Amino acid sequence: MGSATEYNRRDLFKRAAAITVLAAGGTSLLAACAGGSGSGDSKSGASPTLGSDNKNPFGVKASDALDVVIFKGGYGDDYAKVFEDAYKKAYAGANVSHLGTQEISGKLQPRFNAGSPPDVFDNSGAQAMKADVLVSAGQLTDLTVLLEAPYLDDPTKKIKDVLLPGTVEQGTIDGKMYSLNYVYTVFGLWYSAKLFKDKGWTPPKTWDEFITLCGTIKAAGISPFAHQGKYPYYANYVIFSLIAKQGGLDLVKKINACDTAAWDDPAVLAGVKAFYKIMEGDFLLPGTNGMTHTESQTAWCQGKAAFIPSGSWLENEMLASTPADFDMAFLPIPSLPNDKLPATALWAGAGEPFMVPSKAKNKAGGLEFLRMMLTKDGSSKFVATANSLTVLKDGVNADVPLKPGTKSSAAAVKAAGDVTFNFSFQDLQTAFDAEVENATNELVNKRITPEEWVSRGKAATSKKV
Amino acid sequence: MRHRKTPFIFGFLVVPVALYILLVIWPYLQTFGYSLTDWSGASSEMNFIGLDNYTALFKDGAFLGALRHNLLLLIVLPLATILLALFFAFMLNVGGKSGTGGVQGVRGSAFYKVVFFFPQVLSVAILSVLFQGVYRTDKGGLLNGVLIALGIVDENHPWDFASNPTFGLWCVMGVLIWSGVGFYLVLFSAAMQSIPKDIYEAALLDGAQRGTTFFKITLPLLWESIQTAWVYLAIAAMDAFALVSTMTPGAYYGGGPDHHSEIMATLLMRNFITYGKAGYACAMGVVIFFITLVLSVVSLRVTRREKIEF
Repeated sequence: MGSATEYNRRDLFKRAAAITVLAAGGTSLLAACAGGSGSGDSKSGASPTLGSDNKNPFGVKASDALDVVIFKGGYGDDYAKVFEDAYKKAYAGANVSHLGTQEISGKLQPRFNAGSPPDVFDNSGAQAMKADVLVSAGQLTDLTVLLEAPYLDDPTKKIKDVLLPGTVEQGTIDGKMYSLNYVYTVFGLWYSAKLFKDKGWTPPKTWDEFITLCGTIKAAGISPFAHQGKYPYYANYVIFSLIAKQGGLDLVKKINACDTAAWDDPAVLAGVKAFYKIMEGDFLLPGTNGMTHTESQTAWCQGKAAFIPSGSWLENEMLASTPADFDMAFLPIPSLPNDKLPATALWAGAGEPFMVPSKAKNKAGGLEFLRMMLTKDGSSKFVATANSLTVLKDGVNADVPLKPGTKSSAAAVKAAGDVTFNFSFQDLQTAFDAEVENATNELVNKRITPEEWVSRGKAATSKKV
Repeated sequence: MRHRKTPFIFGFLVVPVALYILLVIWPYLQTFGYSLTDWSGASSEMNFIGLDNYTALFKDGAFLGALRHNLLLLIVLPLATILLALFFAFMLNVGGKSGTGGVQGVRGSAFYKVVFFFPQVLSVAILSVLFQGVYRTDKGGLLNGVLIALGIVDENHPWDFASNPTFGLWCVMGVLIWSGVGFYLVLFSAAMQSIPKDIYEAALLDGAQRGTTFFKITLPLLWESIQTAWVYLAIAAMDAFALVSTMTPGAYYGGGPDHHSEIMATLLMRNFITYGKAGYACAMGVVIFFITLVLSVVSLRVTRREKIEF
């Protein structure tokens, strides 16, 4: 005590408190950046090679533990436990650890940075890790070895022979397949077949019929069209399907590659102009532009709107809110005059990407787990619990009962045959996609015109990675 | 016993200081380091690229917009919260009917104090869910429902609140203020109760009105609490991440429509997690750090006044 320059005690405390608060406030932002200086082990383990043993082509050792991380979203994670049990049966004594979570990046980003990732993981959901980022960081195993491996139900076939068209392409980044996208999803419009039957409406084949029907529906006191406005990529399912059908598969490829010239193709403007007729006719469900997927889809289930765009996970997602006699049905996006693709063509893709990290301790086990998912029994179990199709060709046992929405999307897949397209930029060019989503949000609110939407999409191609 | 004092103090400080360095200072330093690299956030490999991230940052329209929104928050949030909290605290403690002998709050002030404090008890996640219900964009929303029932809003074209390019950010600010006022009300109330009543009584005897007692007595004697509140609120305004990312439209951490409610924290997260531009995001983090630092120092300096002992 007794120094001449003594501070007032309360001042000292106050300052200390202020600095602590300052530090705490900042940390929440900055701590996120505390990446791994990790083990420094940056080189990948050797990729498993294909052995001659059909039963165990990757040379799995039962003594190695298997670490599985599953996205616990719309499909739950019980289906994965079925596969894990099969794995434990095949490799008696194997220790399988299971984590079902929605926070894929939260749980896995630190593990990737520290060089101790799981052996296989389901990279899905809003917090999925970006595949393009993982690949460029050398974190994923090339799955070519899996494609060449024998199919468990019939060892004369290879895995690559029993996958639906597009599966390999969609798991491919920079020429190599890094993810097995397990769930086959179709994107389009959904409606209640019961409502349409009661009112005597026919599902439209052409976009002109669709717009005319929208007028009829509106006159009947129901909103013709709802969408998940808070997340504009749902509306993009409609716009880009119209564009793809009008412009053909080459245009799809160019748009996915963020080719600037693609946006000068008249099909782009034609597609978005057709979509804009929904706004011009005032056919939107009131308030839908600001709604979440839950809010808008619930309103649609309650019969407040006739059509809603979504992927085929919709039926499973809305099980609890769907009336028993709703009779959910799928409609490919109706066609425009002079379309290059047939009316049955549809946006279909393999979703729910399963990946094997390149630095996994039990890579052989991870690959074997994926091979076990691709059996008719395994696939049927998934279809029955998750009400969605898998990428396994003809992958449902005849005795598995399908829900109406799944049945109608399966029929659409069959009708489309080989003519499907997929806008992978939504997953692979996220910065570009975010700009396009922003433009679409402006469009549905009538703050920009279709012409301005095209020029914004064109400008967004500069965000290509 | 003076020679025993140093080891004694050292003994108490070594653990907290070590923890502070490990958990606060070290991550800060790491962030500075990462901000000079092209780190993707998904591997431990990265290249040194100097100040490229910073030059890109100040050419990025989205970032500059986010910076503007944070500055707006920085002005509006502390000002509105403190003014409201001061007003309520004054009414609850000394704003009651004068001339009834003594100084008191308005009738039922103890009850109001609890009511006002209530929002502070709710977690941010609950606040967000609650206000998404309030701001819902169809007639199911609380505000739209009432406005439609009153005939102010057309049922077929309800208001879009948090999804509106002009008002979206203000809607979020409303929630921040609503939830913050209660805490500062209690803070100011406590400070007011430590002001001796006889000062007020003397002023009343001299014929001072409520306004005069507020500006001439309450405000000067509360200055230290207000100063502290200002620093806290300024830091809250630099964050606001949870509410903006959940309440405003946009697929990756909100900030929409079209960046109209973008703040630095949402942009940082989107670049870090979604776009895999972690180095760039760290550069943003560094900028946020310096802004917060400067603001705290400045606000502590500017608001420094001579202390009044009582």
